[in-house]
Formats: sequence, C-alpha cells, structure tokens
Amino acid sequence: MPTPETALWRAGAFAADDWRFPAAGEPVPADGKVALPKARFLAERAALAGRNGPIGVVLESGESLADIEDDVPRFGLIVLRFARYADGRNYSTARILRDRLGFRGELRASGDVLRDQVLFMLRAGFDALEIAHAGTVATLKEGRIVGVHRHYQPASNEIGESAAGLRGWQRTSRRLASN
Amino acid sequence: MYRYDEFDLGFVRERVAEFRDQVARRLSGEMTEDQFKPLRLMNGVYLQLHAYMLRVAIPYGVLSGRQMRKLAHIARKYDRDYGHFTTRQNLQFNWIKLADMPAILEELAEVEMHAIQTSGNCIRNVTADHFAGAAADETVDPRPYAEILRQWSSLHPEFSFLPRKFKLAVTGAAADRAAIQVHDIGLEAKRDAKGDIGFAVWVGGGQGRTPMIARKLRDFLPEADLLAYCEAILRVYNLEGRRDNKYKARIKILVHEKGTDEIADAIENEFASLKGKALDLPAAEIARIAAYFAPPALADLPARSAKLEAAKAADVALARFVDRNVSAHKRPGYGIVTVSLKPVGLPPGDATSAQMDAVAALAERFSADEIRVSHEQNLVLPHVRLDDLPELFAGLAAAGLATPNAGLVTDIIACPGLDYCSLANARSIPVAQRISERFADLGRQHDIGDLKIKISGCINACGHHHVGHIGILGVDRKGEEFYQITLGGSGDETCSIGEIVGPGFPADRIVDAVEQVVDAYLGLRRDPGETFLAAYRRVGLKPFQEALYADA
Repeated sequence: MPTPETALWRAGAFAADDWRFPAAGEPVPADGKVALPKARFLAERAALAGRNGPIGVVLESGESLADIEDDVPRFGLIVLRFARYADGRNYSTARILRDRLGFRGELRASGDVLRDQVLFMLRAGFDALEIAHAGTVATLKEGRIVGVHRHYQPASNEIGESAAGLRGWQRTSRRLASN
Repeated sequence: MYRYDEFDLGFVRERVAEFRDQVARRLSGEMTEDQFKPLRLMNGVYLQLHAYMLRVAIPYGVLSGRQMRKLAHIARKYDRDYGHFTTRQNLQFNWIKLADMPAILEELAEVEMHAIQTSGNCIRNVTADHFAGAAADETVDPRPYAEILRQWSSLHPEFSFLPRKFKLAVTGAAADRAAIQVHDIGLEAKRDAKGDIGFAVWVGGGQGRTPMIARKLRDFLPEADLLAYCEAILRVYNLEGRRDNKYKARIKILVHEKGTDEIADAIENEFASLKGKALDLPAAEIARIAAYFAPPALADLPARSAKLEAAKAADVALARFVDRNVSAHKRPGYGIVTVSLKPVGLPPGDATSAQMDAVAALAERFSADEIRVSHEQNLVLPHVRLDDLPELFAGLAAAGLATPNAGLVTDIIACPGLDYCSLANARSIPVAQRISERFADLGRQHDIGDLKIKISGCINACGHHHVGHIGILGVDRKGEEFYQITLGGSGDETCSIGEIVGPGFPADRIVDAVEQVVDAYLGLRRDPGETFLAAYRRVGLKPFQEALYADA
C-alpha cells in the first residue's frame, strides 16, 4: 500500500510500514503482518484462520463493516480509504470500531488524508495516517498543524484526551509535536 | 442569555487561528479554490456572484445589545453599511474581502460570536422559537437545549463531512414558531404528567426540491438522552445517507427511501450502544446551562396598561402597531415586540448599521438588553413593558423600524435570489418589493389579516415557499424568469406543504396574480376572522385556479 510517495504517521511519529499488502493474484505470505482487501479476506477467510502472523483488512471508500464485524478482534490493522476527504463515512466507521466493537489494533486512514482533517481523524479513533499529500507530511513533521484542541463532545480518543471543566462532554487534546 | 466561559472563548479563538491559517494558504495559492471551498464553507464563507459573503452565526437567534452594535460596526467598517438577517436566524454580510475575514472573526470573538458551521455539509446553526423565554404559551424554554446542542455539534469530529447540510430546530410551546416539522431534526420540549422534561423528536423534514414533513420517531425522549439520541440519528445518516446525488442527500430522502420503520430501528440500535455513557446529560449540567437563561428581573404589573390604552386611543398608528407587532408575554403587563424588517419597497431582512445600533439602544433601554432574530427575518424585543410601548414605538419609527405589518401580506420572506446568489434562477427581492408596494395600504393589509408570503429564487427553497400560505418559486424558462405559485403551505404545528396552483407567471404578471389570489380569498372568506390559511383549507385550490386562469 504505501508507495515511495506516501508517508506513514503512526501514534505521533513517522514510521516505516511493517505491513505487507499482497497484490491481486500474489499469494499471501506464510508469516509476517499482512493486510488484504475486504473481498479477498472474505474469500480466503477459512484458509487464513490457521495462518501464523497478524492479519489486517483494507476497506475501500464506501465499504462497510458488514460481514466482518465478528472478525474485528483478530485484525491487527484496519485501513479505511478516503477517496475524497469530503466523504465522511469513515469517521462513523472508525468510531463504531473503537467504541462499539472494541477494536484496539492499528486504525489507519489512507487516501485523501489532509492536514485540515488530521485532528478530526485522531478524535474519531484513527491512530495512523498514510499520507500522500506533501504539504501535509511537511506540516506534521514541523509540528505546524493549526487546529482546535478544545472539544465539546466526547469522541473515540479518550486515552489521548482529558475531560476538562464542568461539562461532562468537554474534552481537551494535546497539540501535535514536531518530529 | 448564555455567556462564554474561558473554555468557550478559547475554543472560538483557536477556530479563528485555524481559519486564519487556511485563508493564508488560499491567498498564497497553496490551496486552490476547490480545495478551499469545503473549509471556508464550514466557517460561513460563501463565494457569491459578486463577492465573498460571510454568514455570522446567531445561535437560536439570541443577541445582546453589545453584540448587535458589533454587527453594526462590522457592516460599517468592512461592508456596505448594512447586513441581511436570514431565515436561519443568522446575519449575512454580502460584500466582504477574503483578506478581511480573519480580522472580522476576531472582532466577533470579542463579543462571543463566530461563524462556525453557518454553511457546509455539517450541522448548521441550531434554531429555536424566537419568542423563547417570553411567550405566554411556552411550556419549556428551548434555549438551554439549543445551547447544549450548539456545543455538542460544534466541530463534531464524526459529523463534519456529512452527505449534506443538517438542520436542527427546537421549540417548547404549543404554537410552533420554529417550523420543527420541516427540519432534519425537529425537537419539541415538553413535560409529562410528573413534570419531567422530554422531547418529541421529529426526523426527516425539509424543503428544497423535495419538500417533506418530518416523521415523529419519539413522543417523549427523556432529556438526559438528548445528545445520545441525536448522535445516533446523525450516525445513521452519515453512514447511510446518499452521496451520489446532492439533491437526494438529505436525511428526508433516506427516511423516504428506506422507510420510517427501518430508519427508526437503525437509530434505536445505535442509540442503544450510545446511551448510558459519556453523552448522557446530567441534570446538574442542564441546570447550570439553564441558569444562563433565567428570566430577567421583571416587575409585577397589572395586565392592562392605562398609559398604553390612552396613547392608542390618541394615535391610530400606535394602535395598529400594537395590534400586529406585539404578542402575549408570559408576565402580565409585558409584551413581545416584533421589529419588522419588511418596510414597503425595501429588501426583506436588511438592516443598516444605524438601524442595528438603534435596535441595540432600544433593547438596552426597554427589553432587558435582549434581541432575537426570527426565522421570518424580523427582529424581536422579547421583554417590553406595555407602559413603555408608546416610547419604544416612537424610537422605532425614528429609525424606520416601526412598520406595523408582522404576519401580514407585506411581511414577506424572500431568499437573496438572483441579485446575489449564484444558484438562483430568478430574482426574489424585487418581487417582494413589488408585492409590498402593491399592498402598501395599511388598512387593506390589516383587513386581509394573517397571510404569509414566501419567495424562493430557485428550487432549493431558501425562501421557504413550500410552507408559505402563498408560496412563490422563481424558475428559469428558456432564459426568462417565471414564477410558480403554491397555496396552503404552513410551517407551524399544523404543518403542510403548499400545492402548485397551475402554470407559472412571468415577472410582469406575478404581482397581479398574487393580488388575484388575495382578492379571491377576500371574496370567499366566511368572515374577517377566517384567515387565508383556514379558508384555503376549507375550499381547496379550485376557486383560486378559477380566479387565476379564468381567461385561459
């Protein structure tokens, strides 16, 4: 999935990607971290059950959690693709994964991931961003994301946020550091 | 009224800094207009036909004198000395330079105001009954709940990129002045037999090209569940709402296509996973916010003001004004004053800087420093002593704001139309101006009685024509402006969508056609007490069609 043009930002710092994304027709490696498109995962689910090594799934824009909700606990990675940043379905999918299904693995946004949405994504429960947009990569590296860190609603990053003040729904989050 | 604490102020300042950064990237060319568009829309900045427009949020239509003076100042300093009050209880400045936007937002923050979510595909400014906290028929003051919803919906991380815009309205009175049944979510606050507060929840109403009346999903949602239930509705909409066609992307289409039962089940399912957690509203927190909306200190007065009665007897203009523009207050000896922004021949909803300053001064002097903006594009002074009405009337008259036409044929709602808006097919404001000139005679207006005319310059229905007693829709027919008439719409608790009366009329015939409809009503009403809407509901379209198309 990540190409030389994309950068992976994970839990606050840029990192090398340790997941593999086999192309269509390419066999699934016997070990190591491997993530597959939803359709392929469903088709090979039985065979994958006995595999050594973590499994992940990639949902394209518009693909839902239907048919894989029961598999969520075994995923080490779930990638949600943003074809256009203005398509906000993935924010709800992310929150359902974190809050209702209890997903604790890596939740990665990929595709049209831009600086102006980074804080929304983190609040919705994403902890990794696969970024193709050079300006966004540079801004994150330099710690120059300008955003709002006072929040009027609980969301899905309760570990990274603190309840502030009187209101039960009030939160604050930390500024993103440079790295 | 609500006052910002440090958290609220810090929030708005952070948002100004964020938007300043976004504007700088647009001005430097780092962002294209296409990339900038969704970002600027989320902060109320539109690109209109001639210039950028800034829409300032006036949460649930409540303003203080100080805030109104700031709006006047911005109009004077950055715009062309006037502003336009909108059907979402907001204010638009039509001639703003993009480079000035951050400075204007900083000025707004000084008086606890902002432009957050006044446009874009997100949860828009929450509206409420403009008589809230004052109306004689009110059961529950809706403002604390509107404020809680405003906070919850502000920069919501899950709901900032919805399929389409999303509008909430809240009322707490028997008469629905907030048009809750034509909103994405309409809430009626009420009390049960034990005196506990809850909400009737209406979902899936709306206007636009496919007008629909909302379905009631809950009759009494406990107040503690308000946010969890709204979050469940929004989540179902965000995931399931159509994104393939912007004209079919509102929640009303989802409810219509999937069916009320299926959507209700999906919402209840989400709600079950959300309730009982962090979104529950603690009673102490509701009480803390409600305390901001405690009624002002009002005196114990007799219900009848001898001073006012004497002044009315001596001044027919004052008597007319009181008859139309003063509504019943919950406290004896007080009234709610509607300040009409519909003078004959001028654009509905416009106010000059001087008028805004005048209203601010009058509110401070006569109305406990409170002003409301109504969705009918008028202003309201909610707490006025009947004894003070003669003086207030004189003050309004001096500012050109004493037009005694609230709820009458010239109290017209109109969208900006083709004069400003890049979406419009036809002009709206000039039609409103010509209708108000035609019916300028006050005796005639008062004889006609309650009549709501609403004009939209295109099918998007920003002028609410679907719920006008007489609705007028501007369409483009081969490059020519045409106007279609609908009859019998209503946005109140008896909500109905107007019916198309027949073929449209060209611009030079539309005012005659409206007059023919009005004359037909006058000819068929049972007595002067039978309003246009009541008469229409009794007789239907046919007599009006006969009046309009007799020669055809």
